Amino acid sequence: MNRDVFGTLAAFPSEESYLAALRALGRAGYARIETFTPYPVEAEEEALPRPPSPVGWVMLAAASAGGGGAFLMQWYAARDYPLNVGGRPIDSWPSFIPVTFELTVLSAALAGVAALLWLSGLPRLDHPVFAEPDFARATSDRFFVCLLAGGGYSATAARDALLRLGPISVEEVFR
Amino acid sequence: MNATPPAEADSPGRALVAPGQTPESVTREITAIPLARPQSRFWWIGFLVAFAGVMVLCGSVAWLLFRGVGVWGINVPVAWGFAIINFVWWIGIGHAGTFISAILLLLHQEWRTSINRFTEAMTLFAVACAGIYPLLHLGRPQFFYWLLPYPDTMGLWPQFRSPLVWDVFAVSTYATVSLVFWYVGLLPDLATMRDRAVGLGRRRLYGLLCLGWRGQGSHWHHYRKVYLLLAGLAAPLVVSVHSIVGMDFAIAILPGWHSALFPPYFVAGAIYSGFSMVLTLIIPLRSVYRLQGMITARHLDLMAKVMMAMGWIVTYGYFCEFFNAWRSGVIFDRYVAVNRVIGPYAGYFWALMLCNVAAPQLLWSARLRRCLPVLFGVALSVNLGMWIERYVIVVTSLHRDFLPSSWGMYHATFWDYSTLLGTLGLFAALLFLFIRFLPMISMTEMRALVTKSDPPTS
Repeated sequence: MNRDVFGTLAAFPSEESYLAALRALGRAGYARIETFTPYPVEAEEEALPRPPSPVGWVMLAAASAGGGGAFLMQWYAARDYPLNVGGRPIDSWPSFIPVTFELTVLSAALAGVAALLWLSGLPRLDHPVFAEPDFARATSDRFFVCLLAGGGYSATAARDALLRLGPISVEEVFR
Repeated sequence: MNATPPAEADSPGRALVAPGQTPESVTREITAIPLARPQSRFWWIGFLVAFAGVMVLCGSVAWLLFRGVGVWGINVPVAWGFAIINFVWWIGIGHAGTFISAILLLLHQEWRTSINRFTEAMTLFAVACAGIYPLLHLGRPQFFYWLLPYPDTMGLWPQFRSPLVWDVFAVSTYATVSLVFWYVGLLPDLATMRDRAVGLGRRRLYGLLCLGWRGQGSHWHHYRKVYLLLAGLAAPLVVSVHSIVGMDFAIAILPGWHSALFPPYFVAGAIYSGFSMVLTLIIPLRSVYRLQGMITARHLDLMAKVMMAMGWIVTYGYFCEFFNAWRSGVIFDRYVAVNRVIGPYAGYFWALMLCNVAAPQLLWSARLRRCLPVLFGVALSVNLGMWIERYVIVVTSLHRDFLPSSWGMYHATFWDYSTLLGTLGLFAALLFLFIRFLPMISMTEMRALVTKSDPPTS
């Protein structure tokens, strides 16, 4: 087994043939699969189940920290430099809500994007799959399925399994 | 989950995409616009005119910084003038972009797909134009950072009970979140640009901008969730921003401003002016770049209907202003209402009624709604009308408030108009650059849409 192999990549011409291939591979017992598609394919979730994305929790945590921090900052500012406006209370919390809301949204949005990049390992400008000559079409109209190296991977078995599904091309890619 | 039944989708004028579009044709047609060399004559002439506007802006701002805000027409009763009128107008225009991209996404309105990228860009550029005005209006713009909470040696804090400070947070959050939402949506399309661009330099530039996006399934898995959550965050944000702008007025005790009506009335007005600006821009662009296959007659029809619905909410706001003034029994409020209609600025008020209330009623007729020159004319009229609305709100309330001894008049100067013209130039120039370098329709979403609405027969 070659340690430098990334996997075997097969190209499919349409969403339908690609989904059929994914299902067939799933039935054949392949678990180490990655896909490359020009748009998110909703039906892919059932053919290739993935654990739920944790970005929602990351965003919730950032929203709580950002919102809580914003409220505390204003509460502190009101005590650090007290302004008596017509005898109204110093802790006039309703007027702190707009800034609290804005900073909640801002923290959540920035954390969400940071989490997306972190979980996806981006930015990463090089990748083994870019070696496949036709891969440029993965961002246009080609659907790629990759049987990843590792586990019981064998180049010939992977190639045979993919060729049976009627792909346009099958190519082994290296790290 | 097809929004249009097949029979409807087949008939022309109802479809969201022209028949025969495939993921491949979507990529080819949309990337052809930024990758075309040389650019069309339309682009060059348009860009040069817009760039002249940017120069006018630079000149006006330089003169303002040199002489001070006195070069504008603002004075003591009317201290807000064009700076605030234009700020509110621009930021309102931005709101349609977020409305289309976030709220319509959450409502599963598939017709937003081919226009969301463009309208989000419009949002960013409109917010950029809006942001200039409050900074310049500070008088001493070099001290703008005093508005931010930072540990300073003076031991001071911003006044967090003031809507003007809320504005700082609202507008800067809005600009940042809009930018992030737009950029996340652009990532896969920048990857397509990288793969389609000719020349190493361009491929590297787009490759860097797309952060090496490769359409990996596990990335899409997170991407979809983040995009949906960002839309969920942007939806209340768009409502909050113009509500806060409305509160800038409503929290003052000035007659004509001090009203709980302002936040919702301002949000509706913002979306109204935003949709009219989208139509103003999209109608010529889809003809010039032959995008009728993706931005169809149905899109224009739906946008015209949303615009009209918003117009009625705004009209109800006008009615409420007068009703509340009468019902309150306060003589100052009543006087402001009467002064608007027959006072020295009555011409503005009646122009507002014509542009914002009367003109859109043409769109009740389906035949007129589908006639592009009429729709374009109505959109222009609403753009103008919404600007006049802010003029009426700002100037007529300020120029005659409580004490007749402190009344005054406001007249805009040459530098007021040149700054407005300059921001129009900046807005247009940024849009031209956007069209020139980035895909103006989301290819990712269009591919999914054409696959769904026109499944290949196998």
